Order: sequence, then C-alpha cells, then structure tokens
Amino acid sequence: MHHDPHSHPLRPVHRGPAPADPGRLSGLHRRGFLTASAAGALALSGCAGAAGPDPSDAKAETGTPRRGGRLRAAFAGGGAGETLDPHLSNLFADAARAKALYDKLADYGADLSARPRLAASWEPDATLKRWKVSLRDAEFHDGKPVTAADVLHSYRRIADPKRAFRARASLEPIDLAASRATDDRTVEFVLKRPTAEFPNVMAAFGASIIPASAREGDFDHAPVGSGPFRLVSFAPGRSTLLRRNDAYWDGAPHLDELEFVVADEESARVNALLGGQVEYAHELNPTTARAHEHGGHVTIIRLRDSAMQSFAMKTDRPPFDDPRVRRALFLVADRPELVRSVLSGAGGIGNDLFGKGYEYYADGLPQREQDIDRARRLLKEAGAGDLRLTLDTSPVATGFTEAAAVFRDQAARAGITIRVRTGNKDTYWKDILDSGTLCCYRSGAMPIESHLSQRLLTDSTTNATHWRHRDFDALYRQAQSTRDPQRRADVYARMQRRLRTEGPFLVWGFADWILGTARNVRGVERHAPANTLDWARFDKVWLA
Amino acid sequence: MNETGRRITRRLILGGAQIAAVVLLVFAATEALPGDAAVALAGDQPDPARIEAVRTALRLDRPAHERLLDWTAGLLHGDLGVSLTSGRPVAAALADGFGPTLLLAVPTVLLLVPAGIGLGVLAARREGGAVDRAVSAVLIGLYAVPEFALGALLVALFALRLGWFPPTAVGYGTELAAHPEALVLPVLVLLARPVCSLARLVRAGMLDALASPYAAHARRCGISRSRVRYAHALPNALAPAAQQLARTVDWLLCGVIVVEALFVIPGLGTLLMNAVAERDLPTVQGLAVVFGLVTVLLNLAADLTTHRLAPRTAVAA
Repeated sequence: MHHDPHSHPLRPVHRGPAPADPGRLSGLHRRGFLTASAAGALALSGCAGAAGPDPSDAKAETGTPRRGGRLRAAFAGGGAGETLDPHLSNLFADAARAKALYDKLADYGADLSARPRLAASWEPDATLKRWKVSLRDAEFHDGKPVTAADVLHSYRRIADPKRAFRARASLEPIDLAASRATDDRTVEFVLKRPTAEFPNVMAAFGASIIPASAREGDFDHAPVGSGPFRLVSFAPGRSTLLRRNDAYWDGAPHLDELEFVVADEESARVNALLGGQVEYAHELNPTTARAHEHGGHVTIIRLRDSAMQSFAMKTDRPPFDDPRVRRALFLVADRPELVRSVLSGAGGIGNDLFGKGYEYYADGLPQREQDIDRARRLLKEAGAGDLRLTLDTSPVATGFTEAAAVFRDQAARAGITIRVRTGNKDTYWKDILDSGTLCCYRSGAMPIESHLSQRLLTDSTTNATHWRHRDFDALYRQAQSTRDPQRRADVYARMQRRLRTEGPFLVWGFADWILGTARNVRGVERHAPANTLDWARFDKVWLA
Repeated sequence: MNETGRRITRRLILGGAQIAAVVLLVFAATEALPGDAAVALAGDQPDPARIEAVRTALRLDRPAHERLLDWTAGLLHGDLGVSLTSGRPVAAALADGFGPTLLLAVPTVLLLVPAGIGLGVLAARREGGAVDRAVSAVLIGLYAVPEFALGALLVALFALRLGWFPPTAVGYGTELAAHPEALVLPVLVLLARPVCSLARLVRAGMLDALASPYAAHARRCGISRSRVRYAHALPNALAPAAQQLARTVDWLLCGVIVVEALFVIPGLGTLLMNAVAERDLPTVQGLAVVFGLVTVLLNLAADLTTHRLAPRTAVAA
C-alpha cells in the first residue's frame, strides 16, 4: 500500500510524499509574518464587513480562534489494513492520525530542522556520542505522566529486530542497551558514533512515544497517547473519530472533534469537499486546484516546492559510471518544460539537489540550464555519441509516466535514444533499487542529512543510485562529528557541490503539495511540508 | 430423491469443485504477481534487511505449497486466516465489506429486473416504431458510457449542482444503511449498463418467441394478443434473461470496484483492490471463496428458474 511519508507513498498513485517549505522563514520570521497579516485582515474585515470571497493567504490564518465543532478530514488511506499503532505508520493518513493521538520527542520545522516537542531540551556531550534529553511535563490520556521509561520502552519496541518497524532504520544510531533513564524526566542516549544531527532521529517519521504499559492488542480500540486528541472510535479504512484532549500540554485543541475519513480517489475527496461532506481534503491534483482556486467555494492551499522530482542514475554501471554522461544528462533536461507539462505548472524547477528550502540547502549555486550543444560534446568525449538508454517508470507516483515521456523527447534532441519501460507500481521501489540504469524517482520532505545518510552513503540501505564513495562517506562522518553548525553547514555545502557537479540525481523539479479546505476552516499552516510539525496539525485549526 | 433434488446435488458438488479450482487459480495468480506482501509493505523504503524481516515475521519464507496447505486446512475449519497487512481476521474484514456491497447490489438487482424487463417488453411491443427506436438508441448509448464517466457526470449534476444527493458516502462507513440518499447515485451507475443488456435481451427474446410457430398457433386458436404476449412469449424470453442476470451479478462486482472507489463505499470491491495491491494473500483468497460461492449459487438459481420458465430448454451444467 501506499505510502511513504518520506519519499513516496506505497500505493502512490494518489498517496504521496511530502513537501518542503518554500518561504524558508525561520520560526521567528513566521511569527512576524502571521502577526502582520492578522493586523491586515482585521483592517480588511473592518471595512468589508461580512467575509467576501477573498481567498488571500492572510485571511485563512487570521481571526480569533473559535472553540468547538467537528472537522472532517479526507485522506487517501490504507483500507481494511489500517491500524492505529503509531509505529506501523506508513501513509500520510497514518502520520496525521498518529500526530493527533501521540507525540514524538521532537518534530520537524518548516525547514526540516528538529524542534522540541515532548523533549523540552537536549544537550550533547563533547564527543556528540551522549545526549541528555529532558522531558517536558506532559501526560498520557490515562493521566499518567510521560516518563523516561516510556521513551526507552517506545524506542526499544521500534528497534525490535523481530518487528521491522519503519522507524527502526532511523533509530539505528542509538545504542539502546547502553542508553538509560537517569531520572523520571531525563533520558541519556548513548550513540554508536558521533551524531551532530541526533535531534533528527527523535523527530523521525514513526518515532512516537507510547506508554510502557501499552498492550499490543490495545492500539486499535484503546490507544493511549499524549497527543492533542483522544480516540472515540476507529473503523479500519472508514473513519477515525477523535475528541479534544483538554489536558494537552501544548494547549487544548480548538476543535471539539476531529474525524479522519478515507477516500482513495482524488475525485472523491474533491467531491466530498465541494459537497460539504468534509472540511479538509489532502492531496489534490493541480488541475483540480486550478479549477477551484478562484471559485470561492473552497480554499486551495499550496505547500510550495514540496516533493522532489528527479531521475536517478546508477553510477556503478555503464553508461553512468562515466561522470561525463551524467553531466550530459543534467544538461539535456528542460526543467521549465518538465514542470509545466508534468506538474501542470504546480511546482518549481530543481537544481540537481535535494531539499530546496531546507536547512543546509546550498542555495547559492547557479541554476542549471539546458545546453544541448555542451551535452553533445560531453557525450562525444565520453565515447557515447549514440547513447541508448532504458528509463524505468511506473504509475507509482503522480507524474512519473508523464515525466518519462517528456524527458525521452528532450533527450532525443541531444541524440540520446530513450526507451521507456513501465514497471509494476506495487513493487517499483524494490525493482529499481538494484536493477536498471535510469529511473524516475521522487522523495518527500526529510532533512538533507537524512537524504544523504539513507540514500547516498556506501552502506545506505536504499541507495538506488549506487553512489558509493569513501571520501563522500568521510565528509558525512565529518559533518556528524562537527559541533559547530556553521562549520557543519560548510561540510554539507561541499557535499552538495559535488552532488550537483557529478551526482546521481537529476533533480528537475519540486512539486507543490495541494490541500483543499472549506471556506470556514482557519489556522491551516501554509508553510509546512508533509511530515513536518505544522502539516496536518489539527490541534491548531478552528472553524469560523 | 426426485429428479430436481438430484440435479441440485450434482450442481452443488460441481460448484464445490469449481470453487476449489477458483481458489487454486487465484492462489497461483497472486503468487505469480511480482513481489510479495513484504515488498509491497516496504513501499518506497525497500531496505532489503527490513523486507527480509517482514517476510520472516509474516512467515512468507515458507514454500508456496506449505502456505496453501495451511490456509486450506484453516478453511476446512471455517477459518479464513488473518490478513498479512493488518493482522486482523480475514473473516471480519469480509463481514465488514459485505454489508456495503450488499447495500449496493440488492437495490440494483431489485430495480434491474423490473426496469430491464419493462423496457424490453415495451420495445418489443412497438417493434420498429418510434418508441422501440428511441428506447434502443438510449440503451445502446448508455451502455457505451463507462461507469467512471457516468458516475462523475451524475455527481457533477445531481450532487454538486442540484444538491439532491450527497456526492459520496464518505464518513457513512459504519452506518451506510441509515443514509439511503447516499446510495441513489451509486445504484444508478451500477444499474445503467446491466439494464441495457437485460432489456435488449428481453426484447430480442420476445420478438423471437412472438415470431415462432407456437405463438402463431396460439393466435390462430383465438387466444388474445396480450395473453400470447405475456403468458406464452414472455416466459421464453425470460429464460435467457435469467441466465444473463446471474452473469450480471458477477459483472456487477467489476462495476462495484469503480463505484465503490468513486463514491467512497468501503465494500468488497475496495477490499479486493487493496488486498491485491498489498499482496495480502489470505484476504484475496477469502474473497475468492466468497465470490466463487456467490457465483455458483446464483448460477444454480438461474438454471432452476430457466428450467421452470422453459422446461424444454436443456440446461447444461
């Protein structure tokens, strides 16, 4: 089934990945922005009186939160296989439900840097191998406090080698046998190696904290979390009804009730939204967005530059073992055309680097442009004047098959013959991991550090480009043992320059993530890539 | 045991064999799909170690025949096994999905029979006339519209523009029966194409029967036209229609997948789609048993009906 929150959804034709933050506004800046727009909207409503059909960004974020009501949110889901076990989360729907019921120690800000949640603070020792994490004063739905023992229990459950939970790979840096609770509210994590970005581990997808007393059979009918909502009822593949947790440590939600409903077809989600059956619809198509953006019936929210769209080249085999061929491909791509035709314009162009807008992104590098002549020269130099390639694609993610067709035509202009091969969508990600040479690839939001460690190191488990370079690994280790953020940023910049010059990912664009809400929904954060803290954060939403 | 009883018994035994064959075929077909539940579950994070761990946890590392034997042994005890993805019993998932699908299928069939026969008889009575041509043209046109397109059209018109019916059944999942208005559009979509084929069949059957020597003879004997039409010709036209109806119900299952997706009705079609995508073999197998059983029983009922309506028609098993 679909679903990856991090990169792509399992069942993806419609379930998808996640986005990035466009504005690159720091927390402080964003608060400034919100305050300013609040004042503006007050002035507006002062003269305009009743709310007219003004779909300005500012408006949706403003006004005094009103308490009460039930918000129904439609997501693509997992059918009868759905569960409320937060460690089994795979889909966006799972992630959104887990966020409502549970907390993590940390979560990602809009720039994908870790922000404290249940962890009030964290402090590494000089070696970056021991991290002291202090918990805030929070309690579970059963009234018991969240303790260090609960944290360790949760992480040990995730890391259980017999269970194969998704977040296990993220927690891999932790030596759980050596880690311990120094008191009720303090955990000392011992790591296997220096890890400057350890807070990312605590913010990892699926790393929710459950009580140590949680029983395996209870997740679907009596889940106990510390999140802003409590469970009322759950029917797999149908509906999850939650009620406000008045004792929530971060302030009780404005909504009385929150209901998640599952509608796999995009058209069904749109129809339900237009017909007043739901107030929030996740994952809409660009064409739908355009049709309803100015209609005034619903509010369309675009989370700009969200999902990375790319072609991945396998660097350990011909023809891509020659960096000149990789560079030629970079030059062949007409990015604006790809964004226009594949993403229907709902996105921005890429510069062959992951993580536009995220912390440590190398945004000072010049934008890559199409240059067919130079591409031809490079190919000739490489002795690949008559290059023939097979491009693997699949309807596994929106735009994949279209991107393959468009790129085939673009490459033909440089004398490259591309044969497009369409694979099975249920096994695509496994199939492209080791076979083929060139494939369509995409990824949702994750910190740049996670993208590097999961996909571009010699021992990365999902290294689909077989990019394996000892010196590159060494740079990653150097970054992880560098305490000073500025010096760490310098190392990341070096790594990114290398990736942009001769790397394995031709990143041609970043797709918008599109949501629709009813006109009376307020407080939906617009600068929140999927899987980040403020995305699908229904405790801050209210109905006007 | 009388002759009918023996025939039913024979058919049931045969039906059992057919179901077993279907189950075997479905098992083989699902096995032949690329990837297994572990790969499907891993999605875009195909970490080989994780896939291996899932495979072990789900006991997929055992040979296919062992898994099939286990499943069959369970089936003989009435146990359909547990879902690979959710770990819940397959029987519970089937029971959950059966309700919504039944809520779609029953009204569809109840409306289908009178509407199909009525339109067919109407067209046959006015053979070649304006009514016949109009009815036939509409039926053929309607038949050509795919469910998805028709559904989108009906929703746009009757739900979003006129506001007569809700556009989807989203959120009604567990209490769908309490919201019959949400079923109107889905049932109309399901009805559209079977009505066409059934009406065309009844029309053709009636015309054949009316043109037959026995109808001519009946008319010569002075029996009234309407009596010839309804008492003599119609039952003969209905015999093939009953067969068609049984096939239609199978066919409805295909339509149901589209309709369930479009209108967000969590029935068996949705269950099947998800189970195949997830390579959730026990669930797929459970569905195969249910569908097989329904098909066999319906065809048996159709044969018995045909036999009653037109006893001289030989019924092949």
